[in-house]
Amino acid sequence: MTKTLQFARFRDLALLPAIVVLMIVGALVDPVFLSADNLTNVLQQRTELSLLVLGQALVLISGKIDLSLESTIGLAPALALGLIIPASAHGLGVELPEWTAIPLCLLIGVVIGAFNGFLILKLQLSAFIVTLGMLTVLRGLQIGFTEGQNLFEVPLSFTYLGSARWFGLPASVLICLVAFAIGIVALAYFRQGRSIYAIGGNAEAARAAGIRTERVLWTVLIIASLLAALAGLLMTGRLGSVGPAQGQGMIFTVFAAAVIGGVSLDHGKGTLFGALTGVLALGLIENILTLGGVSPHWIQAIYGAIILIALLLARFTSGKAQD
Amino acid sequence: MTAVQATGVTKRYGSTVALDDVGITVEYGESHALVGRNGAGKSTLVSILTGLNRADAGSVTFDDEPAPALADRDAWRRRVACVYQKSTIIPALTVAENLFINRQSLERRSLISWKSLHAKASEVLASFGVDVDPARPAADLTVEQRQLVEIARALSFGARFIILDEPTAQLDGPAIERLFERMRGLQSSGVTFLFISHHLQEIFEICQTVTVFRDARHVLTSPVSSLSTDELVAAMTGDAAGLRVGHTRPSLPADAPVVLSVSGLRSEAFFGVDLSIRAGEVVGVAGSASSGKVELGEAVVGLRKATSGTVHVGQTAVRSGSVPDALKAGIGFVPEDRHKEGLVPTLGVGENATLPIMDRLGRFGAISPTRRRAVAERMINDLSIKTSGPDQPVSGLSGGNQQKVVMARALSSDPSVLVLTDPTAGVDVRSKESLLDVVDQVAAEGTAVLVISDELDDLRPCDRVLVMFHGEVTASFPRGWTDGELVAAIEGVSAEQGADE
Ligand SMILES: Nc1ncnc2c1ncn2[C@@H]1O[C@H](COP(=O)(O)OP(=O)(O)OP(=O)(O)O)[C@@H](O)[C@H]1O
Ligand SMILES: [Mg+2]
Repeated sequence: MTKTLQFARFRDLALLPAIVVLMIVGALVDPVFLSADNLTNVLQQRTELSLLVLGQALVLISGKIDLSLESTIGLAPALALGLIIPASAHGLGVELPEWTAIPLCLLIGVVIGAFNGFLILKLQLSAFIVTLGMLTVLRGLQIGFTEGQNLFEVPLSFTYLGSARWFGLPASVLICLVAFAIGIVALAYFRQGRSIYAIGGNAEAARAAGIRTERVLWTVLIIASLLAALAGLLMTGRLGSVGPAQGQGMIFTVFAAAVIGGVSLDHGKGTLFGALTGVLALGLIENILTLGGVSPHWIQAIYGAIILIALLLARFTSGKAQD
Repeated sequence: MTAVQATGVTKRYGSTVALDDVGITVEYGESHALVGRNGAGKSTLVSILTGLNRADAGSVTFDDEPAPALADRDAWRRRVACVYQKSTIIPALTVAENLFINRQSLERRSLISWKSLHAKASEVLASFGVDVDPARPAADLTVEQRQLVEIARALSFGARFIILDEPTAQLDGPAIERLFERMRGLQSSGVTFLFISHHLQEIFEICQTVTVFRDARHVLTSPVSSLSTDELVAAMTGDAAGLRVGHTRPSLPADAPVVLSVSGLRSEAFFGVDLSIRAGEVVGVAGSASSGKVELGEAVVGLRKATSGTVHVGQTAVRSGSVPDALKAGIGFVPEDRHKEGLVPTLGVGENATLPIMDRLGRFGAISPTRRRAVAERMINDLSIKTSGPDQPVSGLSGGNQQKVVMARALSSDPSVLVLTDPTAGVDVRSKESLLDVVDQVAAEGTAVLVISDELDDLRPCDRVLVMFHGEVTASFPRGWTDGELVAAIEGVSAEQGADE
């Protein structure tokens, strides 16, 4: 009994040795790597990605998929800002009071998630195609009303969370850690969390066991979108503006991190802790490439190749097939 | 007051009428049997009585109160617990979690204590004689253990009304006995059961009332004690011809060549099995769940790798652990786990039945739909598969009819060796006869047949029956054995010992 428990544990921790190795390699490449500043930087740059991975991992474990997260991370803050800034700054001209920006941003996330849920659960459309369509539509909406422009006039209250430091650490990093901690505990120790695994493993059986599968799935989709909106808020704070391409192309990295971290695309398997280690491993790799002075023209190819190698390594260290 | 009452229930699936204005009344504290041929609508009624499906018409009451809204799953679960015909085990979760699914926090606290959950699960499993570590993923369970976990879950839930849809189809004798003991205990404390089975003797053993469905309609409800087996069969089938008694197959020609030879075959579950079957011979292998008989069959057909020993079909050696090799050598088989290894649920009946012979259905690798249709229609006919046509996805078939599709698939390649594991599990009494007739027919055409089962009806037509016990062949009976001596051998009591007592 203890043996199997340890083994399950071990699969969760499979990436930790890899992370240690990356730390050593990083230190060898450049002494700056181990400095507190650099490491905090790595963490802060990864907060948005990690929130998306958190959301996507929940969705994947429940047996669905949400590609539209990478557009929500751009549209939610952009639309929220659009509603408060004047038309001259590419706003919509509604000019709502400034304090509404953050609640609006999160609300937009909720609405997008709920709409995804409506299409997937009520109309029973394929999650993959629905969210692929939404990915395009949401990005298009953002480009449409901003006319492809950056939104620079961001109120200070809106950038606060993404740029503040609490207890010597970026606030966004702390927010992320709290979000993961809540998620990890909820998925391990709460009935509602376990029901996500049950639904992903066999939705019919879950329903037979008295789980309200539709309600749970809807909640999961909304949480994922909400996390994406939160990530958008943090990203806007970190960068000081919202670009029309904010988040574009992130979804590949989101999947890579989740799968490297042991979340299965075959439903009902994986843990949030694993997903978090996946994000960290990718962040360290990218940082080392940058510090190592790899030509920016090559960084994309090398980064992509390394993700594939990381997938390979994760496959063999965890000893199980990735579906 | 009645525990459950359904009135005027009608349910259609497309053009198929699964239930046509049926009713059932289950009184408090009784064990009520529901019987009918494959596709009669039994499981459909179960899905309506447990709130998984909405009836097109009709009403359901529990304790004379209308059934809860379909969306209120909790309310349904308080009223009725169920072992569904189709497995509802979630393979990726642990055994313990499957057992306590959706009620993992035992004392209504919201935090789950995994330690006490595992302890509690061990207790429940032990009381059902299931010897597995509750912390293992349920994917590791055998078919029988899976079924026992489902039963343990339903019975330990504390419900006052429990539905069991063919709970015994995958269980061996002692496990069935244990289940019945449990049921009697619960019944004396006032629990009501609705019990579905194709083993009619079980109905007479455990139930007081029986309801018969035929072709989606209610035929009769009567006290069990006032019916004979023949009357019951007549009600199910609609004709008076009783069940066949006795079975005659021409005896084997002395010069029939050996087709399947197994020598020194060994794996973790069985040791050094030697076996040879001649053309046209039907050999049975009986044994309890732990006897290794299922594993032996799996090793012969390539589903399992043997650690040593050989399997030959004619002169050709079959590579161990390779199904394609076994198929090529001429072995067809019905696996134990029809959901995992037997069927592709989304594909049509015809496509499933012809999966092993795709290369023979057309030229240059193309598949001719008309040829496939023709083959499929013949099989549907031969095995009396109840379906709306060869294109119906097998997921829409009743459990017993799915089993027949697996059988059709095994037969499709005209195998020279046929290995059948529990071939009649979930198949109704009349279809069982036609299934066994088909086995006779292929044997008569020169196929060597290995029947792995502890269903006495499956074993009776065999030319000889081998008994396995703890991984070894311990006895061999030529045709003409008595039930008593075979059962004694299966349970590990040798015939002499039995005679001494
Ligand atoms: N999901 C579905 N889609 C289409 N047809 C269905 C579906 N479920 C059941 N049916 C049809 O309804 C009829 C009744 O099926 P049901 O499963 O209730 O039979 P059953 O009495 O339980 O049979 P068995 O003894 O084989 O389990 C069958 O003809 C079957 O093909
Ligand atoms: Mg059924």
